[in-house]
Amino acid sequence: MRKLSLLLLISFLLFSCQKEQEDIPSLSYQELKPILNKEDNKTYIINFWATWCAPCVKELPYFEKMNKEYADKNVEVILVSLDFPDKKEKKLLPFVDKNNIQSKVLLLDDPNEQFWIGDISDKWSGALPATLIFNKNKREFYEKSFDYNELESAVKPFIE
Amino acid sequence: MKTIKTLLVVAVFVVATAFTVSSTKGGYKVGDAAMDFKLENVDGTMVSLADFKDAKGFIVVFTCNTCPYSVAYEDRIIALDKKYKSKGYPVIAINPNDPAAAIGDDMKSMKLRAQEKGFTFPYLFDEGQTVYPVYGATRTPHVYILQKKGGKNIVEYIGAIDNNSRRPSEVTERYAEDVIDALLAGKKPSKTYTRAIGCTIKTTMKTPQPE
Repeated sequence: MRKLSLLLLISFLLFSCQKEQEDIPSLSYQELKPILNKEDNKTYIINFWATWCAPCVKELPYFEKMNKEYADKNVEVILVSLDFPDKKEKKLLPFVDKNNIQSKVLLLDDPNEQFWIGDISDKWSGALPATLIFNKNKREFYEKSFDYNELESAVKPFIE
Repeated sequence: MKTIKTLLVVAVFVVATAFTVSSTKGGYKVGDAAMDFKLENVDGTMVSLADFKDAKGFIVVFTCNTCPYSVAYEDRIIALDKKYKSKGYPVIAINPNDPAAAIGDDMKSMKLRAQEKGFTFPYLFDEGQTVYPVYGATRTPHVYILQKKGGKNIVEYIGAIDNNSRRPSEVTERYAEDVIDALLAGKKPSKTYTRAIGCTIKTTMKTPQPE
């Protein structure tokens, strides 16, 4: 009997662990665009990245820290992955799980890259990492890597 | 005092431009004559455009082993070569990455990859990174379609292979094929420039690179 309850407990734990690994929504550009143009009271930091992009992976902790420490200042970080759609299960989900990423993660899965790169910003060549910071009054696009101090300085003008 | 000030201004200017210069896009425009080169192929020979006496032009593709976009396009680059080599437009692939900045883009790995995939075209190494800056390539893959005219190789197209890097089955515009079909028919290509989608070319010469 004790063995059985242990087994039940283990399977319950396994099950609940599995449930924690949330799915990452795959969005077309049409679905993503409204998220990049919200006009509520928040400041959004949209970081475009991919698991295969080394400088992206390096700067992710700074975005995570930002999301946590500036939450009370109405700042939200959204990580938009440009991983290939067929790598979502094998690379992206395990990466997010393993690194315990807390910011919201979305996968942009849209074939019309000739259009959406320029539509997101005419300053963007399509290179990663890239970051869009905006609120209802202001908008800035950066095709560069950030460290935490640079990120803080970039966000400051948005929350003053 | 004034000279110090001037020097300082000059220094600031030099520092500022040092960064902007590295990111400005030089390189070829459509209509320019492209340089020839002599680069080592994965089979150990040295390859130049001039070796291809019977070619009408070239599909020069800057690509590499390590970029996911390059990998996604490998089969399509092979297909391009198979389709157009016999018509006079062979693929010439060049790896522009510095292996010191991109692990897995050295000649040994290139040989292995060419063998694994059965590349039907030369896969050359841009030793010392002397070729890609002249062309103005910034991405892998980055395509330059050249047409032989009066002994010169004239750039007719710069950009992407097609309009869907991620899903080959959902491609609706085959930019490179359309250009070569037009050239073969003696027409001007309708689209001569598209955005090359891919990874940045890796070099140790600059500050940390975006992908």
